[in-house]
Order: sequence, then structure tokens, then C-alpha cells
Amino acid sequence: MSDYVFMDDRRYAPTHEWAKVEGDIATVGISDYAQHTLSDVVYVELPEVGITVAKGDPVAVVESVKAAEDVYAPLSGEIVEINEELPDNPEWVNEDPYGKGWFFKIKMSNPAEYDELLDAEAYKKRVAEEEGH
Amino acid sequence: MMNKTRLYDKHVAAGARMIEFAGWLLPVHYPTGPIAEHHAVRTAAGLFDIDHMGQFMVHGPDALPFLQRVMTWDIATLEPDDAHYSLMCYADGTVVDDVFVYRRDEAYMVVVNAANRKKDLRWLSQQARGFNVQVVDVSDETYMLAVQGPKAEAILQRITDVDLSQVPRFTSISGRVAGVFTLLGRTGYTGEDGFELFFSADQAEHVWDAILEAGQEDGLLPCGLAARDSLRFEACFPLYGHEIHAEIDPISARLGYFVKTKKGPFVGRDALLKVRLEGPKQKLVGLEMVERGVPREGYPVLIEGEERGHVTSGMKSPTLNKFLALAYVPSEYSQIGTEVEVLIHGKPKKAVVVKTPFYVPVYRR
Repeated sequence: MSDYVFMDDRRYAPTHEWAKVEGDIATVGISDYAQHTLSDVVYVELPEVGITVAKGDPVAVVESVKAAEDVYAPLSGEIVEINEELPDNPEWVNEDPYGKGWFFKIKMSNPAEYDELLDAEAYKKRVAEEEGH
Repeated sequence: MMNKTRLYDKHVAAGARMIEFAGWLLPVHYPTGPIAEHHAVRTAAGLFDIDHMGQFMVHGPDALPFLQRVMTWDIATLEPDDAHYSLMCYADGTVVDDVFVYRRDEAYMVVVNAANRKKDLRWLSQQARGFNVQVVDVSDETYMLAVQGPKAEAILQRITDVDLSQVPRFTSISGRVAGVFTLLGRTGYTGEDGFELFFSADQAEHVWDAILEAGQEDGLLPCGLAARDSLRFEACFPLYGHEIHAEIDPISARLGYFVKTKKGPFVGRDALLKVRLEGPKQKLVGLEMVERGVPREGYPVLIEGEERGHVTSGMKSPTLNKFLALAYVPSEYSQIGTEVEVLIHGKPKKAVVVKTPFYVPVYRR
């Protein structure tokens, strides 16, 4: 129904996070569909730099007008950087989910996990299914 | 099973996200987003479909003594065309519902919360025994819209034959809006100037479209439940089921102004006098987060590390750009400046008791 943006330079978790890889570092954010579903984002709670996370761990919280939602690590590794400006500018999640609205960077401990994530085409199908019901 | 208002198809076509509320499918926000809708009401105007609200007509020679018996407000102070906020309480002083009472010549209209409509009708019918009075639920045939914001008067004036500049706050007038016979109350629950419109339900789509069109040049937006909630929250207007309910009295909810114990006997008076005399054990306070985080309903309030209260409503206030909450705390910790913590996602975050309302309604300044 709506025209969501799907970027094919990155991969997606079924829980609507995206991961973009450069070397062994993955930048993580939430998809355009996710920000659209949340509506206006009012706050984000980011993890601490240096912690080790496993794929599927809840590591951040995104708070919209309506609700608080967990953001899960799409990959295992160490949090090496967070978007420190984001808590002061939560609207970036809505305005630029694939750019300025990134959440954190993970130094991957198991890069093979990246290939298990959905590519843009597969993720698009998944969103269409979710929209369907 | 789920009720739909007559504007349901229009909301969906406009791209609104629909949610269930009190048995009704209602728009939570439109594609503009809830914050833009909130700001539209504070700076221009917003249009709300609030047909889920219930309306009862109270007729008969005993209408006034009956309402005096069930309402905490002094209904005898209402002149014809006046409208006023009131509470209805049980004998133990807890809250049946919060309502608006409109005086129409010798009859009265009581506007009730959607979730309480059946309960209220039952309650009022029980209380009506011994009074020469009829309580009639006219909700199904009555449509209710709200036009709120500083531009509300100018927008409605374009499509009505009555002079709205002559209608003071908390009064009402009958006239035509887009040709449809309407009762316009200068009332609302947003903290802004504005009107609530009551008219024949079969005209809903026509009136909705006319107001949207008349408001286009002034930036009027259709608004959903999220904006309705954030607007009433900033003004610290209670929401039934959250700040007030059947286990709390209006004195504790800091609504004592609306409890007129001097007017004579009414249901709940003795219990409320006792609370007033002894002082409430807990009080509703405003909290401002010192450490960032979104306080939400049900989150524990910690005092000296122990859970002593809870949040009833909370959010990032769009107008004030602060994380704010309404919360019950023990009365001895209700003074402005008291330091507390709110447990957010398992972590205690510092907050402080602040003055309410967070946003003073324009008509009270």
C-alpha cells in the first residue's frame, strides 16, 4: 500500500533492523518500514560502547509517541560505536532511517551471520506479508 | 463486534492508522504523524472524530435535583446554554466517570466517556429512582466532532450562520454548520480554544468534509487519538481509566475544585468530605524527568529506592519538549521539588515533582 524505501546495499533482520557492512564493521539502524510503523520517534536508548552482543539480543530501545520497542542486534560482536547525536535528534530515525538515523556499529565476531540476513528483495516480500494481515 | 464510526472509510482512505479504543476502531494518527497533529492544534487547528463519546439527555421536572444528586459540580450554577466539567462518584467517593454537562433550556445533555457509556447509563438509571426524570441515551443518533485550536473559531465561522465571537468559553449555541442543524459547545479537551459539535449522525461525512475544506487555508489537520492524548496530557486533564477510575477519588486526583461539597447532599459527598478532612493518602503529581527516558503508564515511581507510586500517563511533551509524567505518589512526597525516580526499562531514572498543569489552557490565562 505505502511506498517504503528498501536499500539494496545492506541486509535486513526479520525484526526490521538493517546492517551495512564495511570490512568487519556493521552499521545498524531500523528500516524505513519500521520507522513508518512506529510513527514519530521521540527517544532512543543506545547500548554502551564496548559491550559484547549476540545476534538477537535486545540492545537498544526506540521510543515512539505510541510505544517503546526493542532494537535487536542483527549480528554478533562488539559494540564499537554509537550514534551519540541520535538521542538528541530522535526525529532523524523518521527523516533518514538509512543515514543519519543509524543506531550503533558492531565489530562482527561471525561475519557469516551477515549472509543469513534478508536481502532487500526478500525483506520487501516479508514486509508485504506483514502488511497483508 | 468492533464499532466503526461513520467516518471510518474516510479515515482509512486518508491513510490513517486505525486502532481499537474502548470498543471502537479509531484513527490513532494520519500520515502527517501525531506530533504534527499536536502542533497544528496548538498553533492553528485540528479536527477530531470523537463519535465514540456518549451523549445522554436528561429530561423531566426533576432533572436539576437529579443531576445535583449524581454530579460533584454544582449544576444549579449552570445558566441555559452553559456547559461544565463534572465528576460522578460512587458512595465511597471513587469515580464513576468524568463528564461534561450541557444545559439546554430545561433539559440537560451529559457527555460521557465511550468506555463507560453502558455503565453510566445503568448507574444513572439506578440513581433516577424516586426522581421524575428520564435519562435517554442518544449516542447512536448524535454525531460528535471537535474543532480545536486558535483558528477554530475563524474556520467554523466560514460555514455557520451564528456569530461565534458571541459564544464565551463553556457555553453553547445552536445553529447551522454547513447547513446542518448543530449544537456548538465552546468546549474541548485539548487546552486550546475550540468547539465541540453535536448533530444528526447521518450528516457526519458532509460536516467532516465541510470543516476540512473550510480549514485548509489555515492549516487545519485531521487529528487522531495520539494527538488527543498528548494535548490533554500537557494540560493535565485526567483520562478515565488512567488518572481516575473506580478505585480513586477526585480529591487524590487533585480535582477537588470540581467537588462542590457545600452545594448540599450528593452521592459520594460524605466520603469526599472525609478525604478532604483527613487529607488524601496519595496524590496525583506532575513529574519532569531529570535523566532522559520516556515514562509510560504503569512504570513504578521510586522514592528513596523503594516503589511508592506509579505513572498514570507519560510521554515526551511535544509542546514543551520535555519528558513528563502524571503519577500517584504518597502525599508526603507530593511537594514541588521532591526528587524521585521512575523505573524505565528496569533502570531507575531521576525525576522531580513539578507544578501542574504543564501547559496552562489558553482560556485560563
